[in-house]
Amino acid sequence: MKLDRSFMGYRRENGRVGIRNHVVIMPLDDISNAAAEAVAAQIRGTTAIPHAYGRLQFGEDLELFFRTIIGTCANPNVAACVVIGIEDEWTDKVVEGVEALGREKVAGFSIELKGQLECVRQASWKAWEYKLWASEQKREKCPMRDLWVSTKCGESDTTSGLASNPTVGNVFDRLYANGNTISFGETTELTGAEHICVKRAANEQAAEDFMRMFHRYQQVVEAQGVDLLGSQPTKGNVRGGLTTIEEKALGNLQKIGKKCKFVGCLEPAEMPTGKGLWFMDTSSAAAEAVTLWAAAGFVCHLFPTGQGNVIGHPIEPVIKLTANPKTAECMKEHIDLDVSGILQRELTLDRAGDQLWDMVTRVANGRWTCAEVMNHNEFVLTKLYVSA
Amino acid sequence: MIHYIVHGGSDTVGVMAVDVTKGQALRGWNMTTDKTLRAKAAQDIPLGHKIALVDVATGDEVVKYDAAIGTASRPIKKGQHVHTHNLKTARW
Repeated sequence: MKLDRSFMGYRRENGRVGIRNHVVIMPLDDISNAAAEAVAAQIRGTTAIPHAYGRLQFGEDLELFFRTIIGTCANPNVAACVVIGIEDEWTDKVVEGVEALGREKVAGFSIELKGQLECVRQASWKAWEYKLWASEQKREKCPMRDLWVSTKCGESDTTSGLASNPTVGNVFDRLYANGNTISFGETTELTGAEHICVKRAANEQAAEDFMRMFHRYQQVVEAQGVDLLGSQPTKGNVRGGLTTIEEKALGNLQKIGKKCKFVGCLEPAEMPTGKGLWFMDTSSAAAEAVTLWAAAGFVCHLFPTGQGNVIGHPIEPVIKLTANPKTAECMKEHIDLDVSGILQRELTLDRAGDQLWDMVTRVANGRWTCAEVMNHNEFVLTKLYVSA
Repeated sequence: MIHYIVHGGSDTVGVMAVDVTKGQALRGWNMTTDKTLRAKAAQDIPLGHKIALVDVATGDEVVKYDAAIGTASRPIKKGQHVHTHNLKTARW
């Protein structure tokens, strides 16, 4: 099988490369969702990303909120972005944040002092202008290393650890050798395998940061006076045959292959500063985690599933693969790649890796993922604590 | 036909690649050693669920991916289904 070493992507004004060309209408806060959705309904081919927060957050939670919103608007899969907020101060903060990341086509509009109808009118004109401009952006040939790829699994079962996660691991080993920027996370789901994960750190700082983030989360759990036994593994995991959190964690870790070492650790939604594998402190809830990676600038997500998680994201395409033949059959409309042949010894891991690499380049070139076709646009902000 | 797969060379459980029924003669594959294995199902075991490859005493570690995935909460016989009824996390 001949594998592509390049893809046709959109090179943005800051040098990063996207594989989609979205014009995003981003509400700053929950009460601006209606205006953002009104603009997107009127201007064809624009995408509103409604969400639940943005009011009266403070401290670290507020910083994470801004990092996520700004990072999403600045993601290279976004050609241009209109931001709508209730007032102009925080709206401008997002616009300036996006510009500071080297993006030029971003504009903010606020509702106060003019009302929603007038705000929608002004924002729609800008969205109209951006959409026409974006429609003439051309794909160009880009080396594979320009593709930033994230991974997490979901609704895992034993077929995930045995076959679909190692398939991702096989591709991650290749991307790592190729000089790509790649990332994994799921802090809680590494419980039981953290002692094995930490050995994959490329340097002492990365190892230290990983253990710090790992213990930080354990403390959050302990502070609630609960254990995760009731929620981890999930009911779907148990139905699929996974019994303990250790088993789930060891299976989970198969996604980082055999050779990759992580060069550093990222706070949620933090942008990596160089190539290589990065650990990001994320929730293991699929939509929350993918939202954080998209905000950190990742443009393509690999999602192995066992029982069949159906997640998608508004701007970061999510490629799903499964090694569970029942899932591949009964949830066909969600599965981009079926690697169940591994379980019958019909497909080697290397060959499955070839097939996934091929699917990644096809999606990078413009092939829609099943999640995109199925209208899965989950955008879920990670909230650290209650608002003021 | 492969009925079950074993991931690591030192694993004491395998994973069903298909649904199997009690008494069925099974063919397995160790992905690490590439050896073909044989076993007999002592119970019905669904796809994705685990089968014991050896007898395990209460309190002993159960090994998968060449690492402990928990301890046996009751004795497990070779060929039996290994799941939440006889295997517990060592974490909590």
